[in-house]
Amino acid sequence: MQIRYTNDEFIPLVAARRIKNGDIIFCGTGPPLLAAIVAKKITAPKAIIFFETGAIDPSLSEIPLAASDPRTVQGACTIETLVGSLSMLQNKKWGAKITAIIGGAQIDPWGNINSTCIGNYHSPKVRLTGSGGAGDAGALVGRLMIIMRLKKGRFVKMLDYITTPGWLGSGRKRGREGLRPGGIDIVITNKCTMKFHPRTRRIYINTIYPGVRIEEIKENIEFNIDFKFAKMEKEPSQIELNTLRKGIDSQKLALF
Amino acid sequence: MVEKKIMSLKEAVKKFVFDGAHICLGGCSTNRNPMAVAYEIIRQKKRNLYLYMHTAGIAIDILIGAGCIRGFEQAYTGMGRFAPIGIRFRKAIEGGAILYEDYTNYQMGLRFLAGAMGVPFLPTLSGLGTDILKKWGIPSIVRRKDPKIANRKLIVMGNPFSNRKKPENLVLVPAINPDLAIIHAHQVDTEGTIRIKSLTFTDVEMAKSAKHLLVTCEEIVNPDYLRKSPEQNQIPFFITDAIVKVPYGAHPTACFGCYDYDTNFLKIYHKAALIDSTFKDFLEEYVFLESHNAYLRKIDYKKFKKS
Repeated sequence: MQIRYTNDEFIPLVAARRIKNGDIIFCGTGPPLLAAIVAKKITAPKAIIFFETGAIDPSLSEIPLAASDPRTVQGACTIETLVGSLSMLQNKKWGAKITAIIGGAQIDPWGNINSTCIGNYHSPKVRLTGSGGAGDAGALVGRLMIIMRLKKGRFVKMLDYITTPGWLGSGRKRGREGLRPGGIDIVITNKCTMKFHPRTRRIYINTIYPGVRIEEIKENIEFNIDFKFAKMEKEPSQIELNTLRKGIDSQKLALF
Repeated sequence: MVEKKIMSLKEAVKKFVFDGAHICLGGCSTNRNPMAVAYEIIRQKKRNLYLYMHTAGIAIDILIGAGCIRGFEQAYTGMGRFAPIGIRFRKAIEGGAILYEDYTNYQMGLRFLAGAMGVPFLPTLSGLGTDILKKWGIPSIVRRKDPKIANRKLIVMGNPFSNRKKPENLVLVPAINPDLAIIHAHQVDTEGTIRIKSLTFTDVEMAKSAKHLLVTCEEIVNPDYLRKSPEQNQIPFFITDAIVKVPYGAHPTACFGCYDYDTNFLKIYHKAALIDSTFKDFLEEYVFLESHNAYLRKIDYKKFKKS
């Protein structure tokens, strides 16, 4: 029987597949949080979720709609101040073990992300929220995952503003700048995933979702991107979909 | 004689919020914003305020919209699902109406901590390689003219303890010592000791960094009561300058254990804030009332009791 799903539902499931037991997940709300909760319910029950607003390893029986939501606190082992929880990212032992999952408005071929402004910083066409904890995550944690819809104007040759550091540029640029080794690992969109070449650090297509044509991806990316390593992303299982639909977000509150 | 700290909202804002003051407001996004104070600041037509915040929400968005703000140093302004980007914040910046500067959340948190610690800066790795370092919203020339604004946005320096030939880079972020910190708490005793329940965000560091502290609270209690469990209290009484009892003082943001964020009201704000004329109407309807009690009657506060 054909499994029916939307690509918006698929996004948190694709991300959840990349989360393992032992991962410590730093995330905001929305699709990143859904990914973490799905992972905990299916393959990574021992994954630990914590928020920059302070709650560590909460039960998340009710889906928080913002990182500042009181629902982030229920069942937590401890709560931190903002400085306390963000210090965890910079902590020499724990920072390296953290996977941060964030969103963003624009991304470039090196995985650098813009969430500050579209247009000139001093007279922007569109002012966005600003870094929040994303800039901290990009600088400090062991692994960065980003969730972004594939849309024109988002995958650009050059960012209007670098808010969150990915690989910064080609080769060893990130290391030379003095950032922690971590770096951006994967970009999860509604049509495909992308990863970064281990030496050049340039983005390439990693997996393509079932039913998606190459043109659909290409037409939304402003720069050249390599498809030669692309594999098919396995379609979602009924278990994965049920976990999301019934077990977690029955009101579809946290999807895009 | 010990000065009386307990006063009305009107008196507290009149006494401690002056035109041009450098201020920080506690809470975070849709959580525990000092809304009653923000409304009173607007009613008293305070001008040219300079704000510092990590994750700003509706309190700051509405102050910007009401024209009270001259400058704003922050890391993030948004109300989650209700208004992903602060609406009046966005308009003000796109329209060139305010001075602004961008940091990360951690950098802003460290700046308040440095202020509380009495040191001129704290170091971090956050910001290296990004435009947070390279692009300054507030240029040196403006910074030098105003002694209250840090003369540099930040400084990159090599680790002075390093053994390496080329020491690792650190980003030094300047301390914040505002004229006034404003927070909304659950309980304050008659001497001024403050108990915040659940998430404190950066409220404690803010309180200690500022020259004065104004706290609004759900209830005022006896010192004996708070002192039975000192581990649950965060701010000692002598730091507090003004205590104002304002139940629902954080509405429409959440106050843990007392009331949730008001989804309906946040939607009303979102819609009204999009256009200048409807925003003005919103201020007329909800802010320019004779008291916070008038506001509570208007929003039918009894619906929110104990979530």
